[in-house]
Formats: sequence, C-alpha cells, structure tokens
Amino acid sequence: MKLRWLAGYGPAFVLGVTLLVFWELYVRAGQISSQVLPSPTAIIQALIEHWDVISIHTMQTLLETVLGMAVAIVFGLILAITLEISRWSRRAVYPLLVISQTIPIIALAPLLLIWFGIDLGPKVFVVALYCFFPIAVASADGLADAEPELINLLKSMHASRWQILWLVRLPGAMPSFFSGLRIAATYGVTGAIFGEYVGAYQGLGIYMQLSVNSHAIVLVFAAILVTAVLSLLLFGLVSLIERIALPWYHGTVIHRR
Amino acid sequence: MEPAKLLVQGVSKVFRDGRKPLDTLAAIDLFVNAGEFVTVIGPSGCGKSTLFNIVAGVDQPTSGIVAIDGDAQGERAGKSGYMPQQPLLLPWRTVEENIMLGLDVRRLPRKKAEREAYELLKRFGLADFAHHYPATLSGGMRQRVALLRTVLFNSSFLLLDEPFGALDALTRLSLQMWLLDLWQTFHSSVLFITHDVREAILLSDRIYVLSARPARVLRVVEVDLPRPRRSEQLALEQAVRLEQELTTLLLKEQQS
Repeated sequence: MKLRWLAGYGPAFVLGVTLLVFWELYVRAGQISSQVLPSPTAIIQALIEHWDVISIHTMQTLLETVLGMAVAIVFGLILAITLEISRWSRRAVYPLLVISQTIPIIALAPLLLIWFGIDLGPKVFVVALYCFFPIAVASADGLADAEPELINLLKSMHASRWQILWLVRLPGAMPSFFSGLRIAATYGVTGAIFGEYVGAYQGLGIYMQLSVNSHAIVLVFAAILVTAVLSLLLFGLVSLIERIALPWYHGTVIHRR
Repeated sequence: MEPAKLLVQGVSKVFRDGRKPLDTLAAIDLFVNAGEFVTVIGPSGCGKSTLFNIVAGVDQPTSGIVAIDGDAQGERAGKSGYMPQQPLLLPWRTVEENIMLGLDVRRLPRKKAEREAYELLKRFGLADFAHHYPATLSGGMRQRVALLRTVLFNSSFLLLDEPFGALDALTRLSLQMWLLDLWQTFHSSVLFITHDVREAILLSDRIYVLSARPARVLRVVEVDLPRPRRSEQLALEQAVRLEQELTTLLLKEQQS
C-alpha cells in the first residue's frame, strides 16, 4: 500500500534527479560561471555552512506564515458562513471578493510598510491576504453545496438555520475547506517573503535581498531551497491534519469506537 | 373519537417558478387513521413527492387543509418522521450517530440519545454496525439505517417516500417485511409512497391511486388481506385481481 503510493511518484523523482544531474554537469563543465549559477551541490554545501544564520531567518518566516494562515482561516470561515447565512450578503460581497483578487498584493506590500511599519504585523497581514481568498471561496462553495434533499430532511425535523449549518453544512464543507487550506499553504510562505522583501529585520525575504546585494548568489539559492521545502512541509502538514480530522472522507478507516 | 392522524382536504399546489404556472396537485383528499398503513400510488412525476413535502411541513399548499392529530393551524415540521427517496446518511457520522440526528435536532443530551440509538439498533439487528461509516454499508443496509433514523425521530407518524425504489427484488422484499415488523412494534401510522403495485398491496390497509399531473385521487381501495402479511399472500386470488385492476388503471394514466 505504502510502497505503491511511493511508486506513484517514481516518474517525477526520476525526472527531477535527471534535471539536477544535468544542472550539476553543466556548471562543472564550466559552461557558466558558478558566481552566476551555482551548482546544486554548492547550494547544499552553502546551506549547511550558513545554517546557523539561515535557520533564524527561517523561523521568522515560518512564524509569519503560520500566524497569517491562522488569521486567514478565522476570517475566511467567518466570511464563508456570513455568505451562507444571508443571501443578500452573498450577492453583495462575493463579486467584490473576486474583484479584490485582481489587486496585485506585491504592490500593496510597500504601502503596508508605510502604514504599519517594519514589524511582524504587516507581514502577517500580507500572508493573510494571500491565504484568505482560497480559504473563503472554497469554504463558501462547500457550504452552499449541501444536497437540497438533505436540507429538506432537516427542515422536516424542524431544525433551525443554525442547526442546519452546524449539523450538515459545516461538516459537509470540511473537505472543500481543506482543499482551500492546501492551496493557501503553498501561497503562504511566498506571501511572507514578499512582505519581508520590502523591509524587515529578519526573515528569508530580507536574507535573499541582502545576499543579492552582496552578490552571494549561492545563498539566494539556498534560501529559495528552504522556501520550497517550507511550502512543501506546510502542504504536507495540512494534508496530514485533514486525514486525521476527516477519517470518513479518505475511507481508510472502516469503523471507529 | 380521536381525530385522524393525518387529514388532507382539498390540498392543491401550483408552482410559479417559470413563466408558466405548473399545476402539480389538484385538490387531494385523503386521511390516515392512528395505526393505519396507507399508501399513495401514482404514475412517475405525478407530484407524490410534492404532497409529501407539504405534509412534512417543508412546503406549503396553495390551497386546502392539512391537519396532523386534528391540528390544522400549527407548525407541521417535526410532527412526522420523514424519509426521502435517497437514504441521505451523513458520511461523517457513524451509523449510530446518523440514527441520532433527529435527537440532536431536538437537543437531547448526548448520553441519552446514544443509549436510545443503540437500543434501537440492537432491537432491529444492526448493533454490529453501530460504529461503521455509511460508506462501508450496502444499499439495503443504508436504507435500514435511514428508516431507523426516521423512527427514532418520530415513530408515531412515518412519511416514507419510495424508500425501497432503488433496491434489488430480494433486498426489497426483506426490507418490506422488516418495515412491517417495525410498524407493528411501534404502532405507527404510515403514509407510504410507491409506484410498485405489488408493494402497495403487500403493505397497505388502504391505497390511494393518483392520476397523472395535476394529481387528483382516482381510486381509493381498501386492502383486506389478513395480517400479519407474508409475500405468499400476493398469490391469493383477491390480491391478484387487485393487482391487475390497479396496474391497468396506472398504465392508462401513464399513457395519457
């Protein structure tokens, strides 16, 4: 079972390793200056050597990401429930919500710096902006998707609007909520780095900025590698929580006591 | 004399969704006495389910009176155990928790609800499945669970909308017998919808035959086969004659 699951990733693994080997050989053959494009092994080496500094920046970025996602979850769920409860609010807010996504958040980051300063707050805010949309939209769709027949059944039991929400709509929307959260998890780290890019004391974003300024390209790559791993870990963590929270959805558990 | 469990008088329903109003029910009259098993049979798409939604309090009639226990004014929702065509079990709840749904709506304390649900599962032979998720059950099992959920919410008056329509013949027969057992245990009054003539004859005290849309009552038939019913009784001469008669009537309606 586990082996077959791993085997599914076999082709991707082979392709990835092949690309890395080509990259390594290309740089080693002197086709390009290692100052401009460092080889994969050089990047790993630099990462290990500078881990004491990079790890501090990583923790800062992780903190911002997790806080921002938490804020996005709270407000995303509140908005999704509001849209579900009131038909009027759905018609009024939903289109604005979609339009708001056309605003480039990168452009907002410098403004936030001016408005709220260089502290933790603005970074958390940028992450929350990134994560809010997928969570809110996926949850709202999940809440609206409940079978009309099921709603009728609850009405025949004289259930209140809130009971229908609590007993049927919310639990039924959980798979959609987690899909949104998984997308948010991959956006989150990027959001934090954008926030830091404009100005910060600590974090992978400002670390990349400083490394570019001092022409330490290899350290930029090291930071990019950490960013990617961080995003993947968050994605995996969300998937893991989903598996534990929704055993019925994955059909892996036959019954429970 | 105590009032009828259900009295439906001159109930009509017109839907005004589209450009043209859709006449679904045209003045339906029927009643169910306490402890009676009454079936409504009609061609498909004739508005049987609309009638059910009205009785269950999910929908309102355009005109006419619906009285449960003689009360024509009060809220109807919550006064019947309503079971729609699909089992509609909640996939995130175990069998036991699904059966408790109605008790949760009534805000019964968790412990008490669990005890009642388990007792019912044990009485009707499903205790082994109490902690299974619905996804692991067969179609017949799901329908049994849905029926127990309905009974646990309100056993005195059951509204069953083609509950066995999607099952194979053997499963269907065993569930029909199971339902009769349930009905006798709880002395329920039942209003049952089907388009299966044999099923109607096997289960009912009285059968209402509806016309094609807009639905009205074409015939009322009392079924006086002895109880408890067994499937062999369908081979009795009076049952066969009734089956032929009703089938002919329904076929004519389906064509027109």
